[in-house]
Amino acid sequence: MSELTSLTLKSALEGLKSRAFSSVELTAAHVATVEAARPLNAFVLETPDKALEMAAASDARIAAGEAGALEGAPLGIKDLFCTRDVRATACSRILGNFIPQYESTVTANLFGDGAVMLGKLNMDEFAMGSSNETSAFGPVINPWKIEGGNQSLTPGGSSGGSAAAVAADLCLGATATDTGGSIRQPAAFTGTVGIKPTYGRCSRWGVVAFASSLDQAGPIAKTVEDAAILLTSMAGHDAKDSTSLDVETPDFASFVGRSVKGLRIGVPKEYRVDGMPAEIESLWEQGIAWLREAGCEIVEVSLPHTKYALPAYYIVAPAEASSNLARYDGMRYGLRAEGGNLTEIYENTRAQGFGAEVQRRILIGTYVLSAGYYDAYYLKALKVRRRIAEDFDRAWETCDALLTPTAPSAAFALGERTADPIAMYLNDVFTVTTNLAGLPSISVPAGVDAQGLPLGLQLIGRALDEATVFSVAGALEKAAAFRSKPAKWW
Amino acid sequence: MSEVSGTYTIKGRTGDWELVMGLEIHAQVASKSKLFSGAAVGFGAGPNEQVSLVDAAMPGMLPVLNRFCVEQAIRTGLGLQAQINLKSRFDRKNYFYPDLPQGYQISQFEFPIVGEGEVLVERDDGSSFIVRIERLHLEQDAGKSIHDLDPNATYVDLNRSGTALMEIVSRPDIRAPEEAAAYVKKIRAILVTLGTCDGDMEKGNLRADVNVSVCRPGAYEKFRATGDFGHLGNRCEIKNVNSYRYIQQAIEYEARRQIEILEDGGSIFQETRLFDPTKGETRSMRSKEDAMDYRYFPDPDLLPLVIDPAWVEAIKATLPELPDAKKARLQSQYGLSAYDAGVLTGDGDLAAFFEAAAAGRDAKLVANWTINDLSGSLARDGLTIASSPIPPSDIADLVKLIETDVISSKIARVVFEHMWAGEGAPAAIVEKRGLVQVTDTGAIEAVVDRLIAANPGQAEAVKAKPQALGWFVGQVMKEMAGKANPAAVNAILKARLGV
Repeated sequence: MSELTSLTLKSALEGLKSRAFSSVELTAAHVATVEAARPLNAFVLETPDKALEMAAASDARIAAGEAGALEGAPLGIKDLFCTRDVRATACSRILGNFIPQYESTVTANLFGDGAVMLGKLNMDEFAMGSSNETSAFGPVINPWKIEGGNQSLTPGGSSGGSAAAVAADLCLGATATDTGGSIRQPAAFTGTVGIKPTYGRCSRWGVVAFASSLDQAGPIAKTVEDAAILLTSMAGHDAKDSTSLDVETPDFASFVGRSVKGLRIGVPKEYRVDGMPAEIESLWEQGIAWLREAGCEIVEVSLPHTKYALPAYYIVAPAEASSNLARYDGMRYGLRAEGGNLTEIYENTRAQGFGAEVQRRILIGTYVLSAGYYDAYYLKALKVRRRIAEDFDRAWETCDALLTPTAPSAAFALGERTADPIAMYLNDVFTVTTNLAGLPSISVPAGVDAQGLPLGLQLIGRALDEATVFSVAGALEKAAAFRSKPAKWW
Repeated sequence: MSEVSGTYTIKGRTGDWELVMGLEIHAQVASKSKLFSGAAVGFGAGPNEQVSLVDAAMPGMLPVLNRFCVEQAIRTGLGLQAQINLKSRFDRKNYFYPDLPQGYQISQFEFPIVGEGEVLVERDDGSSFIVRIERLHLEQDAGKSIHDLDPNATYVDLNRSGTALMEIVSRPDIRAPEEAAAYVKKIRAILVTLGTCDGDMEKGNLRADVNVSVCRPGAYEKFRATGDFGHLGNRCEIKNVNSYRYIQQAIEYEARRQIEILEDGGSIFQETRLFDPTKGETRSMRSKEDAMDYRYFPDPDLLPLVIDPAWVEAIKATLPELPDAKKARLQSQYGLSAYDAGVLTGDGDLAAFFEAAAAGRDAKLVANWTINDLSGSLARDGLTIASSPIPPSDIADLVKLIETDVISSKIARVVFEHMWAGEGAPAAIVEKRGLVQVTDTGAIEAVVDRLIAANPGQAEAVKAKPQALGWFVGQVMKEMAGKANPAAVNAILKARLGV
């Protein structure tokens, strides 16, 4: 069975198509692996019956010659996506046993193409966190460990469950969301590929909102090609999301493996930050060398407002979150705490329902939008956001894509940074810029550090130019030839 | 209270006071679906039957702007002679309440869809004044909290949640309680004519927040000259008043309350108040100190609203005749008085009814029958002109019978009652009931001669005192069952009695 779970999505789809195995066999193998991997805490809800039912339906469609692009492929779904009749919690106590009566557009697209759902994946509560430790279900344990060590490491966040599940072969791919790096940083921490597409590529309809102007769905996958196949299915215009872009979705996989000769790759000098481990610095240099060897032209670029990105992000995101999360008031669904009057019911419900990090961000967001502070914080942050987007616009005059590290460190130990929110926020320093500017960006596993932990490199492209991002990511993946897998300890 | 040179003043112990009012009218947009969801809008559905996933603020739900509601706002803006802002924006107004599922209301705070405009408002005496419009913006309505079903619980009905409202904000150009009511009446007439709001105040589809302040004579003029609100008193806002009468009562009460406080040496603090129609009082809802910080910010789920100027032009081309233009036309085309023309244009359907009936007839008579008898009967039976059981053609026929002396105005009233009772067309009623006016002078002369002969004393009295002729007129009419032509009766009596 382990043979089936170690397949890439691409090869599994080929196997299904050639009837080398059935979707029920493939799905059953994954269901068993998911069960066996409970120590990782990657799934917060396993749906094996639904998975096998969907797999049988897929087999029937394959037999009838009606197979979709993802027919029969078992996937994990981040618990931020609402899937009809299946509990959705956003890994928060406040949603209680909420069972949506609707299907998010992204999962509807995937299931419409024949994908099979294995269950709901763990994540930071409301996608707020960089280590998966804010989840009401407890943290995901990274399948990777330090060579010779036994310490539990974070898989990153917020899509820690998605990244861990893909890294540990629990699913062929997973949905994830990225508001400030929540797809790319966990991908980097787990040796997987994760892409945040251009803002507006994937519909936000049916995805529990964190920060509306930054949230974007994307896949975490085993390879660049797998990520491209998944994104092609997930993306597309949706009239139910006013910020959804009315553009064609290309076949992204067709760009993987294309020559990158002559492409100009920008290296932003501002991404060399103090205290960055030498290994990441040297991996970055290595990535530059690989792309040069592949025929790219390397150009140094400047993104002068980079240093303001993180503070601006931690104003805009909490501001939107403070309003988006107001609907969790105990009145219509989810947790409701008792209280002597309306105000007490609100206070008790939200105090019991939200974890510390979510409460912190609601407070920050409420503060920055308050009368007298709005101009100094929120409005200023919007101006910074504009400047950051302009930095990128200028960079595109001299280059076609940018290469940077994905995160300033490898996976760290669970508990190591929970006491210091700012240290935790610094994880997002290389990733938040593209959320603020709405640009596509991918993390590709490129090597391991001295302790044997995976490290990722990030590629950033022009708005709607995922094609170039996938081409360069494919070249990087090929050159890096990253084949390591975590040793199975669970 | 007195009217001094057109200015409404209240005499206080320490001198005269004047009033200053500005109104915020909330008008529900006439639309089949809500502002940001596809849910139906309608009156009479069971509780929570018109609620979409978006209206209930389920996780992951997103607003999508209803194009028709935008069109209605543009149409209204054009009707108010206002500037249409080709770029506007939706903001979130954040506060917690059980009938506000999202925890915020989507509104337009900084950049409304409609900018400055103005409205000409007629007073009851026929004079008029201008109210400047500051802005019109689109926003969501909240649901309804029902507190009186259970002593220990509040029920929430979300049918209204997410319904589109237009908030029309006036400048402080209203100076008397009657002016406030007249202004709301005028706005209502414009909206109803445009078809952008049904104007049903009883259902709360049109309601007003009234800002009231008082000042000394002369202060308002200084304010108008400088724009400095410092010349005016602090204002109190009376929320959600939904009838013309309540608007006047609330203002009168509130003005006296403020004057009493000021004359006792106190100060008025800006606050929000509620009008209690049963007590005829306003009472404090919340003061400025505990006013909520709504933390407005641009709604990140929605893009800025950008309007194609060609669309505005297309809407402009389809605007119906507005009340001001219609009033002027009714006066010139039909020779109606300003008063009659004003009443008819106060309700678009009434004017349409009039015009349908007036073609080729004595328009003044048609106007009288429409405004008095028909409207009165409709009001008595709780009907509207649109649901009138009597069609315009029957009113036209009735007037024609009067014009051609077939019946008298007095008999016409009788005919009208039969028409109202559903007995059919006026000519048929006249025929069936034998109500044709007798203009045959021979028949009248015979009756007159007989009556004079039978009442010699009365005949002598008339000769001495011509006013006593009325007694004979009454007797003739009685004898002839009211069908005699009154002019002919008078003429014959006078001739016979020599007066």
